Amino acid sequence: MMAEALLEVKGVTKRFGGFTALESVDFVVHPGERVGLIGPNGSGKSTLVNCIAGTLRNEEGSIRFEGEDICGHAAHRRIRMGLARSFQIPKPFASMTVLDNLRVPLLYAARRHEKLAPARIVEEAVRILEQVGLAGRARAMSGGLTQVDMRKLELARAMAAKPKLLISDEAMAGLSASEVDDVLALLYGLKEQGVAVIMIEHVMRAVMKFSERIAVLVAGRKIADGDPQVVVGNAEVVRAYLGE
Amino acid sequence: MSNKVFAAVAFAVALALAAVTQLIPNDYFFTAAYTVLLFVILATAWNILGGYTGYVNFGSAAFFAIGAYTTVFFYNAFKAPLPVGIVAGTLVAGLAGLGLGYLTLRLRGVFFAIASLALAVVLYIFVVNWDYVGGARGAYVLQPREVPFGLPRYIHLIYAVQLVMAAFALVVARAIEHSTLGRGLAAIRDDELAAECSGVPTLKLKIFSTMVSCALMGMAGTTFPYYLSYIEPSSAFSLSYAVNSIAMPLIGGMMSWMGPLIGAVLLGGVQQLVQVTVSSAWNLLIVGVLLVLFVTLAPNGIMGWVDAWRRRKGR
Repeated sequence: MMAEALLEVKGVTKRFGGFTALESVDFVVHPGERVGLIGPNGSGKSTLVNCIAGTLRNEEGSIRFEGEDICGHAAHRRIRMGLARSFQIPKPFASMTVLDNLRVPLLYAARRHEKLAPARIVEEAVRILEQVGLAGRARAMSGGLTQVDMRKLELARAMAAKPKLLISDEAMAGLSASEVDDVLALLYGLKEQGVAVIMIEHVMRAVMKFSERIAVLVAGRKIADGDPQVVVGNAEVVRAYLGE
Repeated sequence: MSNKVFAAVAFAVALALAAVTQLIPNDYFFTAAYTVLLFVILATAWNILGGYTGYVNFGSAAFFAIGAYTTVFFYNAFKAPLPVGIVAGTLVAGLAGLGLGYLTLRLRGVFFAIASLALAVVLYIFVVNWDYVGGARGAYVLQPREVPFGLPRYIHLIYAVQLVMAAFALVVARAIEHSTLGRGLAAIRDDELAAECSGVPTLKLKIFSTMVSCALMGMAGTTFPYYLSYIEPSSAFSLSYAVNSIAMPLIGGMMSWMGPLIGAVLLGGVQQLVQVTVSSAWNLLIVGVLLVLFVTLAPNGIMGWVDAWRRRKGR
């Protein structure tokens, strides 16, 4: 028997005016699982992430996290329960140093379930920065970082919330091959800590290597969900990506 | 420095200043200093919402007037002494801030600014038509004949009270700035969506900072009816309060409690000086010119300069 689902999305529909961005999407993630979410531009990947994280509200369907219905919860409550996301376009707290950026989720989200002593917060922030390779920039202002470093910071800030499920929204766009490997190693590390990861990515090499399972969204509908090798061989998926 | 130590130092400095300056023989000093201190409180209060949280409040004059007219109301109704007016005015302004925050803070940025301006207009019209507190004619609030602590005149007392209240406002602002709450507010200012997704309860924090900011603005106004013994709506709702409480933090620096203090002392001092030496009509012109200069030359204010200089030195 499968373990109980960590995240259970059922029949979620999201409309923007007359445009249906998501149509009755079902999607399940189990504890510690690595799931890839792919699809052409505009297929609804980010909309699904926003509905799960609480920055958008879905009109229909239910979203459960650890068995609890979270549709009515504001975004800050969801992250406190252990549901973190990184943003596709980095959103650093620009007036703060890199280290202080991590303090925000450590203070407001992680402390809720980790019981971190105030003195350990900085220690913990430094540890996470070392993991993502930003320790040398800890005292730099986050607004002045390079795009690559901002992406790493984005991921670090999501990790600082001590999530059970981390949604990485295109963390690797624009990174070089070796940097992609760095980030992949980082996400593998999370798996060892028992953190489930949803990876939204256009870098196919990374998704294929990383995912235990891949779900494909096309025009707001999920058209495939399963073993990566099988999914990329699926005729409908090939058609969606390459045309007839 | 811990909050308690800072509070002790701030109040000690305020009381010492109050005591030492009593030796100044010229009464005009107290009239001028009262106004500067009033601006120190207003600017500090405005900065809690405007500087720390990033929400621009154009309605400072409204909250200032709420404080002032609460004093008038309690004076008319119960002949209540000044301390009652101070506490009541602070609370009522805080409640008004809570209401404004609850109704408008779901809106982002510029909508809040417009709503705060609208509130000022609505309250102005309300007070003009409310006879009990004087309406358009204005109201008299007589200074008590007996001045406590052996002070020569009532203006000496009001000045000393304003000094202590300014210290209080600075203590509150600094405590917020250095707390977990302050970090959450800074996160909201930098990126509200990212703050919410980092676990910051943004709506709750915004409403709280609006409430504190507005309460302190109200506190600044509570002594005002006693200042000239007379108050009327167009002076209590004067545009100069709204403009100055934005300009002063902008010039001093909005990131720390010291910025509004420096801005208020500098800008308030210059205005008082010009009023005596040149002309009272020049006041707002000077504010305008200084604002333009600072926005173009030092967008982070005087404290921004200091920080940049420190960082260069530290390297």
